[in-house]
Amino acid sequence: MSTPAREALDRHATPWLLATALATTAPHVIHQPLWLSALAGVMLLWASWLWWKDERLPGRWLIVLLVGAGSAGILIEFRTLFGRDAGVAMLVMFMTMKLLELKSRRDAMVVVTLGYFLLLTHYFYSQSIPTGLWLLAAMWLVTATLIRLHGGPGNPMRATLSYAGLLCLQAIPFMLVLYLLFPRISGPLWGLPSDAHAGTTGLSDTMSPGSIAQLAQSADIAFRVRFDGAVPPKQKLYWRGPVMEQFDSTTWRPYEGRPPAPNLEIISPPIRYETTLEAHNQRWLLALDAPAELPSDFGLNSQLTVTKRQAITERQRFRLSASLDYRFNTAEDPAVLQRNLALPVGSNPDARALASQWRSNSAPEAIVSKALALFANEFTYTLRPPLLGRNGVDEFLFQTRRGFCEHYAAAFVVLMRNAGIPARVVGGYQGGEYNPLDGYLVVRQSDAHAWAEIWLDGQGWVRIDPTAAVSPSRIETGIADALPFGEPLPALVQWRSEWVRTLRYRWEAINNAWNQNILGYDPQRQRELLARLGLPDTDWRNLAIALGAACGLLVTGLMGWTLYQRPSHDPVTRLWHKALRHLARRQVNCAPWETPLDLARRVREQRPELAESFQPVVDAYLLARYGTDHSLKTLRDAVAQLRR
Amino acid sequence: MGIVATLKQQLFRWRSDGTAPLRLGQRRIFIIPSRGGLLFALALVVMLIGAINYNLALGHALVFLLAGLGIVGMIHTFRNLHGLVITPGRSEPVFAGATAHFELTLDNDRTSPRLALELEAETGNSVMATVDRKKGVKIKIPLGTQKRGWLDLPRVRLTTRYPLGLFTAWAYLQPAMRCLIYPQPIAAPLPNASPSPVGGERHGDGGQEDFAGFRDRQPADSPRHVAWKASARNVGERPLLIKQFSGGAEVELIVDWRLTDDALPDETRIGILTGWLLAAETAGTPFGLSLPGLEIPPASGERHRQRCLEALALFRS
Repeated sequence: MSTPAREALDRHATPWLLATALATTAPHVIHQPLWLSALAGVMLLWASWLWWKDERLPGRWLIVLLVGAGSAGILIEFRTLFGRDAGVAMLVMFMTMKLLELKSRRDAMVVVTLGYFLLLTHYFYSQSIPTGLWLLAAMWLVTATLIRLHGGPGNPMRATLSYAGLLCLQAIPFMLVLYLLFPRISGPLWGLPSDAHAGTTGLSDTMSPGSIAQLAQSADIAFRVRFDGAVPPKQKLYWRGPVMEQFDSTTWRPYEGRPPAPNLEIISPPIRYETTLEAHNQRWLLALDAPAELPSDFGLNSQLTVTKRQAITERQRFRLSASLDYRFNTAEDPAVLQRNLALPVGSNPDARALASQWRSNSAPEAIVSKALALFANEFTYTLRPPLLGRNGVDEFLFQTRRGFCEHYAAAFVVLMRNAGIPARVVGGYQGGEYNPLDGYLVVRQSDAHAWAEIWLDGQGWVRIDPTAAVSPSRIETGIADALPFGEPLPALVQWRSEWVRTLRYRWEAINNAWNQNILGYDPQRQRELLARLGLPDTDWRNLAIALGAACGLLVTGLMGWTLYQRPSHDPVTRLWHKALRHLARRQVNCAPWETPLDLARRVREQRPELAESFQPVVDAYLLARYGTDHSLKTLRDAVAQLRR
Repeated sequence: MGIVATLKQQLFRWRSDGTAPLRLGQRRIFIIPSRGGLLFALALVVMLIGAINYNLALGHALVFLLAGLGIVGMIHTFRNLHGLVITPGRSEPVFAGATAHFELTLDNDRTSPRLALELEAETGNSVMATVDRKKGVKIKIPLGTQKRGWLDLPRVRLTTRYPLGLFTAWAYLQPAMRCLIYPQPIAAPLPNASPSPVGGERHGDGGQEDFAGFRDRQPADSPRHVAWKASARNVGERPLLIKQFSGGAEVELIVDWRLTDDALPDETRIGILTGWLLAAETAGTPFGLSLPGLEIPPASGERHRQRCLEALALFRS
């Protein structure tokens, strides 16, 4: 079967290319503008229809026009043609438009290469296990398309798919070697476009009523912590984020200046832990109060927040230690204290009146307990508080009395400042969920929290959590127990039946292992791994040598495996060789030039005891080989006899 | 021999492979990235830079997996040729100007098929072949012809890009094969059938006028004289039967070198002779050939025709 050679694309290769385009562009629908997905879909359908009807492909000018229109649309939508999102959009457009000019095999190669490229772009948006699996399947399909293109129409679909699977499987060892040994560079190589880290959720550096309640409706993971020892009790787990000192009657903001370094006195022995922080695009680390030892290139600011010079734009691992009992800035700068007493002029007069009453005849501790008692008696903890107006604290304290942690923290600080006690709001996370399967404590966005800090003479800054007074279970067990059923909490956080929880623990443990070991494999981990393998102090040259050696070994092994062919003998020869092996075991070796009859004669002379069983073998072999008896039974029986 | 030629001789071992079956070993197979492979490599480099820049762990994994796929593809492309057994076959003579076909047998004793093998003796004139698992195929390599005489099969390039098209693997084959090229016939009026000492008509028996009975077919008989119906009645007992005719105005034609114009070049004269010979054959006239130093008495039949054409093909060449 021979056909004339041609570079033209055969008709039945097109569905493969359509499938490739669909599999590699479809997942982008989730985060692309709708019009672009619609355009891509129309192109795909059009290309399929043209194929189905076997019609001519559209002319060059129409395609140029379409590409121009699409690019213009992208330019208007993203304000650029480069950068992450616009680049992906361009790739999707090119991919679907290329389907309208599939003429030669070279066009098809472009589609396949674009397909491989598009696979990478999905990782901009997600690197989870399901994405990884889906893309593995898509890669299999693209590879099958490539094989189909070069194998021609003679190859059935099943054979093509299984061959593609085989090739992908054989590529995996190379991937593992490269993944482990390829010299890792921690990016970025150049300044990333501004949209590189768009869409990360997390605590913001300002707080207004409702901002944390909104965050608490997300089940996304903020960070994971593994303690070296036992996990401290939940009510002690306060993860400090931004400290907000300035209030403009609705919004709390951090102080912009650069006050002196904190003076921290550690009382209890430090607890060591490792935290894996998800990208949140902010500069703080969310360390456990109070941080004792910091990772390098992090600093402690005057409000005890651990910060870095640049924003954290990717998942990172840090080692820290914390001391749960501490004394912080017992001798505070008067300017700081002054700042933490300031309030907007004329706002919240009722709160001012109440606090002045308390102030006249009490010690600060008594004022604090009065305020907490107020919250404990008449307030409701809810994710859906009523909207507040201009004098929000007054409305909250005296009318609505329903709020989330930021309401309590803000109202408490306003009361304290009015009562003459320096106070400020601290944002962060509280608690976390311990996963018994892998020993990690998972802190979600739903654990976002705000509390207050007051300065007492002789004690320094002291944490007061007014939410604990309203709803003690929020602090002791978590938000799901603190809120009544029906609040808009994420289902993941709310479902608390035993098996759902176990299932979730398992899934999260797998995800965490994936994040820690696969996605978190960075230059640091690479050095550790190589040191463990007995290659300390490796530079890129040693890595390149190791990489070359490993790949060379793999290539040799694979070559040997795929090229080795078992010599195929006919069954008669195989049985004869078996008989010869039996003889060899009894120290009778057949010389290469010895015919079966010669061998039989020699056996009769030298080893008469074997002759009786060997002679039938020779007879049967000669009969099977040269005679008319083509059944192998006699020979097989004779060889079996020889064996005994 | 220039340096390049010597180098090629050394590197590609350009020399005849004889007529024995030939198994492609690794020393015969060359492999380089194809244009598609270079595109793929470029895409991988860009993807790697993207993965580093955006710190995509899975991006790294994907790039490395694709790089591994490229290496695996290289091995499999090589494997598609490795161990293929090529046996030279035969070739049918053709007239100059037509395409000669050289038959080769490709044998695959592996348990996987070999696809998309391309064989090419001259650029732009190739055949594709697929060899199923544990099977063999006969393929015919086309080669354009211009001159009469023996045409040696030039070096054949056996190429494959299967499975991934990222690499081109090739091997050069030079089986000792040749094809006889008959002269290109030139249409000219048949020489006059008038009686002449050297050419013309002659009465004889064994002609084609009156049916006189059957006789056994001899190898020299043309297939068009076979009595198919009569032969079908006694299948297997006797050779095919030939209708025999007798009497009538049986004519014979001696195609004679001396009948052509002396002033014409040799090749044209040979072409004219070939044309006459074919015209006589078409007309069913027994013909003979007379060349300087060679006389073939008039006869008819396939064997006779081949003998005359071969004589013309090789005359003074």
